[in-house]
Amino acid sequence: MSITTLKINGQDVVTESGKTVLAAAKEAGIPIPTLCHLEGISEAGACRLCAVEVKGTPKLMAACVTTVAEGMEVETHTPKLQDYRRMIVELFFTEGNHVCSICVANGNCELQDAAIEVGMDHSRFNYRFPDRGMDLSHSQFGIDHNRCILCTRCVRVCDEIEGAHVWDVGNRGEACYIISGMDQPWGEVSACTACGKCVDACPTGAIFRKGTTTGEKQGDRAKLEFLVNAREKQEWSR
Amino acid sequence: MSKIRFATVWLAGCSGCHMSFLDLDEWLIDLAAQVEVVFSPVGCDLKDYPENVDVCLVEGAIANEENLELIYHVRAHTKTLISFGDCAVTANVPAMRNMLGGAEPVLKRAYIELGDETPQLPNEPGIVPELLDQVRPVHELVPVDIFMPGCPPSAERIRATLEPLLRGEMPVMEGREMIKFG
Ligand code: SF4
Ligand code: SF4
Ligand code: SF4
Ligand code: FES
Repeated sequence: MSITTLKINGQDVVTESGKTVLAAAKEAGIPIPTLCHLEGISEAGACRLCAVEVKGTPKLMAACVTTVAEGMEVETHTPKLQDYRRMIVELFFTEGNHVCSICVANGNCELQDAAIEVGMDHSRFNYRFPDRGMDLSHSQFGIDHNRCILCTRCVRVCDEIEGAHVWDVGNRGEACYIISGMDQPWGEVSACTACGKCVDACPTGAIFRKGTTTGEKQGDRAKLEFLVNAREKQEWSR
Repeated sequence: MSKIRFATVWLAGCSGCHMSFLDLDEWLIDLAAQVEVVFSPVGCDLKDYPENVDVCLVEGAIANEENLELIYHVRAHTKTLISFGDCAVTANVPAMRNMLGGAEPVLKRAYIELGDETPQLPNEPGIVPELLDQVRPVHELVPVDIFMPGCPPSAERIRATLEPLLRGEMPVMEGREMIKFG
């Protein structure tokens, strides 16, 4: 195992080469906020909440898709980063329609947690109020696109862990949305095994089990990591 | 020292934030001893918003012409304006009609398509205020000094916001207890 040495917030960190800055920071006990990252599946670099400053480059780097390098100097919580993080979260709220009080995930939502973490008491951007719709055609689940932050965790979990690849991202820019099958109603996609992994992977209230009402959704994110460890490392208990 | 002139107003909201305010229970008695309630649907009979208000809790989004007129007036005559609850801070449930695209489709849906008997659009100029095309949070129209999210904000959150103000300090709106939406 080769070793890489770097500095995170001035602290010397020794880690296995090839790891991401996010993983190295976590090992060193330095939490970096994330939304699209989920243990057990590949990284997408979709939300940019994990952006960090790396000495020698003016660009902000997404910690979840940046590999550690020898002598790298990383800052994770500068005022500039904190400011950008709050803007990112405000943009998530204003881009869709988030009516927390009537949402299945209220009180148990990673977007709400991120808002609290970045200190968002209101949005400085105007709300867009887009007309995004929802799909309730599946017998067991529903997807409300108004609450979707396009993190693609559902896409990756269904493809990489369940192997069904029901989800994908359709369109471009502000018209982007999560599609099922060939942009069909979810209930008509025969590839869906109704395993429910996307429900657990979704950080928000966008994908839910039917019959779940306000504040009742409890996503079991750790289950997915457990499944991967069981398959790859034969760890059968958690 | 003269008492703090305190007001609350109710715009496009369900009154839940005001109900939560009443949940302050016996602390309302302490509050009443320290402030003069100059305007409030739950604490005062005056019909016109007065001048020189020190602190005002604003519940609700801006949804019709009356809300709009009142919020401009409130802003002009209030030192510390507090967006009180999610409808004021994000436009929340009242803004779900924005997805229909304007006042007309909303009125048609409610009063014509869903009207069981004698379907007709409400029309009483000067008495029934016209709907605005889009429902907006308060701070998209006037500057706001303090944001208190929550649907409704709990009595504890309301008290933790007001107590520092009574001492002449700004409350710290941080952490789950103070700023969680919903
Ligand atoms: S998904 Fe989260 S942030 Fe969006 S409405 Fe639901 S609880 Fe609120
Ligand atoms: S229920 Fe399982 S198979 Fe169906 S879309 Fe979700 S993750 Fe894919
Ligand atoms: S539905 Fe959920 S998991 Fe899928 S992209 Fe949207 S927020 Fe992410
Ligand atoms: S967690 Fe790194 S970009 Fe989303």
